[in-house]
Amino acid sequence: MRDVGPDPVFTTQDLRKVYDTGTRKVVALDGVDLKVYAAEFTVLLGPSGSGKSTLLNILGGLDRPTSGRVLFRDLDLTALDDRGLTEYRRRHVGFVFQFYNLVPSLTARENVQLVTDVSPDPMPADEALELVGLGERMDHFPAELSGGEQQRVAIARAIAKRPEVLLCDEPTGALDSHTGVQVLSVLDSINARLGTTTVVITHNAAIERMAHRVFHFSDGKVRESYTNPNRARPEEISW
Amino acid sequence: MPMPALWKKLVRDLARLWAQATAIALVLAAGIAILLTTFGMFRALDATRAAYYERNRFADVFASVRRAPMSIIPEIEGLDGVLAVEARVAGLATLDLPGRKRPAIGRIVSLPPGGTPRLNVPVVRAGRLPDPSGRDEVAVNSRFADANGFRPGDRFTANLNGRKRELLITGIVLSPEFIYAIGPGMLMPDNAGYGILWMPHREAAAAFDLSGAFNDLSVQLATGANPQDVIAALDRLLAPYGATGAHDRSRQLSNSFIEAELTQLKGSSMLLPPIFFAIAAFLVNMVMARLVTLERPQIGLLKAIGYTNREIALHYLMLAILVAVVGIIIGWAAGTWLARGLTRLYAQFFTFPFLIYAVPAGTYVVAAVLAVAAAAAGALRATLQAARLPPAVAMAPPAPPRFRRTLLEPVFRRLHVSQPMRMVLRGILRWPIRSTLTMLGYALAVAVLVATRFFYDSLDLLLDATFYQTNRQDVTLVLADALPETAALAEAQRLPGVLAVEGTRSTPVELVSGNRAKRLGIEARRPGATLSRVLDRDGRPVTPPKGGLLLTERVARQLGVGAGDTVEVRFLSGRREVHLVTVSGISRQFIGLGAFMDFDALHRVLREGARVTALHVSVDNRALDAFYRAVKDMPKVTAVLSLRESLRTFRDTIRKNVVIMNTVNLVIAFLITFGVAYNQARIQLSERSRELASLRILGFTRAEVSTILVGETLILVLVAQPFGWLIGSAIAEALARNSESDLYTIPAVLEPHTFAFASLVVILLAIFTVAIVRRRLDRLDLVTAMKTRE
Repeated sequence: MRDVGPDPVFTTQDLRKVYDTGTRKVVALDGVDLKVYAAEFTVLLGPSGSGKSTLLNILGGLDRPTSGRVLFRDLDLTALDDRGLTEYRRRHVGFVFQFYNLVPSLTARENVQLVTDVSPDPMPADEALELVGLGERMDHFPAELSGGEQQRVAIARAIAKRPEVLLCDEPTGALDSHTGVQVLSVLDSINARLGTTTVVITHNAAIERMAHRVFHFSDGKVRESYTNPNRARPEEISW
Repeated sequence: MPMPALWKKLVRDLARLWAQATAIALVLAAGIAILLTTFGMFRALDATRAAYYERNRFADVFASVRRAPMSIIPEIEGLDGVLAVEARVAGLATLDLPGRKRPAIGRIVSLPPGGTPRLNVPVVRAGRLPDPSGRDEVAVNSRFADANGFRPGDRFTANLNGRKRELLITGIVLSPEFIYAIGPGMLMPDNAGYGILWMPHREAAAAFDLSGAFNDLSVQLATGANPQDVIAALDRLLAPYGATGAHDRSRQLSNSFIEAELTQLKGSSMLLPPIFFAIAAFLVNMVMARLVTLERPQIGLLKAIGYTNREIALHYLMLAILVAVVGIIIGWAAGTWLARGLTRLYAQFFTFPFLIYAVPAGTYVVAAVLAVAAAAAGALRATLQAARLPPAVAMAPPAPPRFRRTLLEPVFRRLHVSQPMRMVLRGILRWPIRSTLTMLGYALAVAVLVATRFFYDSLDLLLDATFYQTNRQDVTLVLADALPETAALAEAQRLPGVLAVEGTRSTPVELVSGNRAKRLGIEARRPGATLSRVLDRDGRPVTPPKGGLLLTERVARQLGVGAGDTVEVRFLSGRREVHLVTVSGISRQFIGLGAFMDFDALHRVLREGARVTALHVSVDNRALDAFYRAVKDMPKVTAVLSLRESLRTFRDTIRKNVVIMNTVNLVIAFLITFGVAYNQARIQLSERSRELASLRILGFTRAEVSTILVGETLILVLVAQPFGWLIGSAIAEALARNSESDLYTIPAVLEPHTFAFASLVVILLAIFTVAIVRRRLDRLDLVTAMKTRE
């Protein structure tokens, strides 16, 4: 097992997010303070509606908090304008979504190229696909791939830019247990081999066993956080 | 470097949307093609004419006189602003052509003693110009030669002012003066029946008793000279010689026909292409809005990856521009082809020594820029929407469209409107702007058909009024001079086969009201004339009252006078007196300008005995040949106009063009209807596929589900009809107004069957188009449709 450095990648301070739907206000984040450390595999756990997706979106620069601060290392994300956030996403962040979000009109390789086209120092698309074990299926369109394969393309796409952080929103949510485990082991090996700080949000409590650090969410607040002294390997997990 | 992945997406998106993209591209292409043919041909014709005029020194000012001595030429040359002067003898002659029963009309134009004219220089196509000292030699215009199969060396007979002469054709020529060669009283050029004859001055002068004199003057102006000043000076100088008033190019017959055509081309180029570009922009808007909605998650993803808003906006904008590029290529090809067709059409009427050069390159660029601009404008809203979409929102599925209870709900209940019908009606009301624009699209398709087909009804009215109501004579004999009425009528009566004869007196005048003036001929007939009549505004025959003047609508409008007003009549022949005459009424006449007076009243004012300048004759069909033979030998007849022949030529020409025009208009209406209906139905299907699949699962039949898809189109296309009729009528009025010139007016006549035809075509096409899309419903995979995540 690797040493966990004391180096925080994300720091949030009293983070609040309120959605105004016109008829009523929905508090999604209600004063969140947490730190995500470099090279760690962090799991944000909680039921749907607990605010974990909102937090991930804010960490990834897809959304802004209503109040509070988010620091990416020394960079204050809350102070960035649209252009700044775009630049931040382009340079530092890789995303993996529950529904893969592949562009259906592009092949696996081309979906990865979407990222390598705009990244300053990408790895070759083929290499990224090899890393997720899809070297053989690079020229297939999303419709020709299984759910697990599609999610692995999405991971390859996320890591191809060599991001500092990999943000995964329910990466196994649409997958069966067996396929989900395959995807988790890809994420785990990326984290181990490339040292990419990885944040996974899930409502699947089984996944917390493989995390360095776990945050429990409910009603927009962090209820509990702890580190895992003995991480389970992905293959040991099932649900 | 490989193609960026985003570009690959672009190309594949375009391939996936090919049917919708094609529909839009075709609408754009139609706009481009029409722009190229109208504006392109406008510029081509204009430039060709200008080059021809300059190379062959087409005169700037023209004047005709009864008889002026050559000795005043130096004085004219000395006028301020005059660069060159050509004095000629001009006149009409009856021609007896080998193998032709009906006499043809010849316009004699003299060539200067030196041989080659200084102005209005003819282009010799074959042979040579007549020898200035030769006898009975002429050069003829090429159209006349072609139509009659003449070559240099051929001969024909002419009745020159009462003297029969056999003329030898020495050459075949073209002239900038006769690009459009239309004979007196003709509606369309009759190449076989009307010839221009260039003849040495000495001989022409001898034939028309103008030795040492001229009756026709052409003047070239110095650069910067004001034509109005020169015209005024010429009028002063020539007044004693029976001048009928000098005029500039705008009243030169050939030039004014080209001018009328140019005006029409320009008008069409301003009116029609914008309609197509607007429709294309709307269609792009519709398709792009749907695309951006469908691709929300992908937009979110691109933003998450780090693509900038600008890159994403540009991505969608490029899609619209690629569609425009396809449209441009098709439009350029179609426009080039159509322009070539139009050039051929022009070649029937206009004679140029060099080809009308095809559409100028600049017009291609303008058309392309406009097409791209239209597509980009259409894509703008969706593009901005894609750019502005916050990434976190883009990733989440869109909220279902908010349907609200409208005021119609109680109506639905009262009328027991079925559920599928309610879905249709709510769908229309939910997107009021889109529904309105779609409806407007159909309305424009109807309008295009109404606006162009009105010509046929108008031409029917025009022909009926001109040939069956106004000019009912078979033949008009134009006399060389104003002859005593009794003798002229008696002589005509003696011709074989003559059933009835009526005399008419025509005299050139200038009508003045305030600062407006108009030159034309006043015509006078005996009351009760039944062959050639005047119609009032409602098409009823009317007799000019004693002492009053009847003006055609156009003349009255141009002078700004109405019934009861007084105009100043300046006679341009005889004693050249000025009289004040009351406008007693307004008449309807579509061809030419007209003013009418009572026969006796005119002669009282002129202080002359009863004289006639033309005879309208009704001839027994069986004796027509004998009648023509006799007329060819009548010394005082300078032109024989066969009204029947005019009508036939006119009908033939129109019929040929009707087929072309009809086809083009149908294609245009088809493109608009198809473009709108296809896109609307595809978007409907895409938006409602889950809904429709749900209904199918609930047990609705295919037919019932289809109602929803077809229903919206049907309702919108039906609602569009009255709007289409209104817009079409407005465009028809504009086209009719735009076509108005001193030569003719095309009335805007809209008959019910025009509206019915337009509506039927558009409604059927819309239904047919939706039926194509409807077939996709049969292939709707119920399970997949339900699974599709929006």
